[in-house]
Amino acid sequence: MSLIELRDITKTYFLGEIDVPVLKGISFSVERGEYVALMGESGSGKSTLMNILGCLDRPTTGEYWLDGQEVGSISGDARAMVRNRKIGFVFQSFNLLSRTTALDNVIMPLSYTAGKLSHAGRVERGAAMLKRVGLEDRMRHLPSQLSGGQQQRVAIARALVNHPPVLFADEPTGNLDSRTSRDIMEMFSKLNGEGITIILVTHSGEIASCAKRTVVMRDGLVVGGEEHRQ
Amino acid sequence: MSLWSTIGLALRALRRNPTRALLTTLGIVIGISAVITMMEIGKGSSTSIRRSIESMGANTLVVMPGTPRVPGGARQEAGSAMSLTPEDCEAVIRECPSVAYATPILSSSGKQFVFGGVNWTPRQIVGASLDYFNIREWKLADGRLFTAAELEEGARVCVVGQTIVNEVFDGGSPVDCTVRIKNVSFKIIGVLTKKGSNMMGMDEDDVVVMPWTTMRSRITGLKSGTAANTTSTASTLPSALYPATGVAFYPEQAENLADDTLLVPKFTQIDQIMVGAASPEKVSSASEELTSLLRYRHGLGPDKEDDFWVRNSAEFMNTLSSTTTMMGNLLLVVALISLIVGGVGIMNIMLVSVTERTREIGLRMAVGARPRDILKQFLVESIMLCLVGGLVGILLGHGAALLVNSLLNWPIESSPAVVAAAFLVSAGVGVVFGFYPAWKAAQLDPIEALRYE
Repeated sequence: MSLIELRDITKTYFLGEIDVPVLKGISFSVERGEYVALMGESGSGKSTLMNILGCLDRPTTGEYWLDGQEVGSISGDARAMVRNRKIGFVFQSFNLLSRTTALDNVIMPLSYTAGKLSHAGRVERGAAMLKRVGLEDRMRHLPSQLSGGQQQRVAIARALVNHPPVLFADEPTGNLDSRTSRDIMEMFSKLNGEGITIILVTHSGEIASCAKRTVVMRDGLVVGGEEHRQ
Repeated sequence: MSLWSTIGLALRALRRNPTRALLTTLGIVIGISAVITMMEIGKGSSTSIRRSIESMGANTLVVMPGTPRVPGGARQEAGSAMSLTPEDCEAVIRECPSVAYATPILSSSGKQFVFGGVNWTPRQIVGASLDYFNIREWKLADGRLFTAAELEEGARVCVVGQTIVNEVFDGGSPVDCTVRIKNVSFKIIGVLTKKGSNMMGMDEDDVVVMPWTTMRSRITGLKSGTAANTTSTASTLPSALYPATGVAFYPEQAENLADDTLLVPKFTQIDQIMVGAASPEKVSSASEELTSLLRYRHGLGPDKEDDFWVRNSAEFMNTLSSTTTMMGNLLLVVALISLIVGGVGIMNIMLVSVTERTREIGLRMAVGARPRDILKQFLVESIMLCLVGGLVGILLGHGAALLVNSLLNWPIESSPAVVAAAFLVSAGVGVVFGFYPAWKAAQLDPIEALRYE
């Protein structure tokens, strides 16, 4: 079975009298180890789809299978656990906790993990993650003491700290200059090479071309896809 | 998320903005310190009242004669019934198991005490038996007490309090000096230790104590009383009891008096019986035993009222401490109101904090925090805030009480129970006023929260 399987997902916002359909029946699947770019203009519904994929929101109708589990209709607490164990998030604006060291930012999700891990164990795992993104000498720095690219790498380390099968990135280079963007995209490619499934939301064709596959959305529907040969 | 890491998180969040945390918790600090100060001063004063009552003797009961009810007559002042006899006192010692000591008491005031060229009027001259010193827990500072033989024969000896030593003898030892009281010469044989003033502000040390037999025959003379009953077994051998001459034993007799009166004057009435219960717990049982014994001895049927009163210090203590308790409660209410005001301040700032940290909340939810984790985080934060305030308040309140103690000399008393209660109350304020902001934080939608600017 695929890692991610969407079956006829719809999402409608009910704003008073008017129903606003944002997603109108989306079906696609992502295999393990894939690197998918989700493209679309603003208003195409890609952010809404991303929220559903990231288990932050639930679809109005349809089924969403993640890692063999139907997660579209489970309870809020169960979805929180799925977010913690199975999903890594990278945001456009990094979303690091200010006045908290890089290391503490990275191990923050571990405190919500049900399985008990000692503090030393957490620190060890966080340090390993920072090493993986090349920031082993920046562990005690605060976000304000790091460059944008370094901050985003801390965010990537945080997303990976619980060894999730899939990493979602929402415009991860939107706040970065082009050279740093290239560094980050190289990091994604490297992580994908290590076997992590990555789904990337972007509106930039250049960024999307780094992915192995592109899915294009328009007006709440998937209108096209394309395999890239690397 | 474990409790310890939540507490650590909360402390780190508070340390991020120490000034604000301090100002926020100021209401709690003031409330708790007010409570602590009030409680320490209140407890201190009630303890000192209790001590001064205990110094009178916590075990002490006093039996006083009641008001005589002469058929058709006017009611007279309490104690004028003269219903108590020395034999009553002996029976009390003999027959009441809860009673350790009992002494007849005769007292008199306004008698001049003359030594050399000094005239002094002691506040009180007391006639009693040796049990008096046991009941009052009054020790000798100098000399000796009168002996049983001196008590028996009515010897002209007395012991005096410290005030008399200071005023009449200029602080020198008065032992073996001869003084005159009501033109009778007495030998001072002992000096009592200092007792201070009683809770009415009267000087306890301005006192002369002598055997009650001496007091009866030499000082008070015969008080004419009306027998409330005629069944008393009082000894009426005047020569044994009243060796003095010149005292009228009988009122002058009208010629026809013996024929038409049944009211036989009794000679051996005493003013009070002072009783020491075996322990403070036995005061009430002693009181019951006394009442039934004296009712029996006075031949009072079930339809008759008591012809005596039994007073004990517990009643006194209750009267006095009820005032302090009421004042203490009032102040406590004021302090609690200030705690509520402080709690509202906590709630206000926690709401601000939740709004400020909306993105953080959204992020935490996105990486797997459940609503209850967020609730716990903010609740623990507000509890920690209140506990810190409570701790500072406890220290500050205790300091203020110590200051009052050293400047105004008011008695204070701290108790661990009050401190623990203050700690719990401040935690309670944290829960009550932190819950709504924490609940609001937990209700946030992660998508909206992440988008919040």
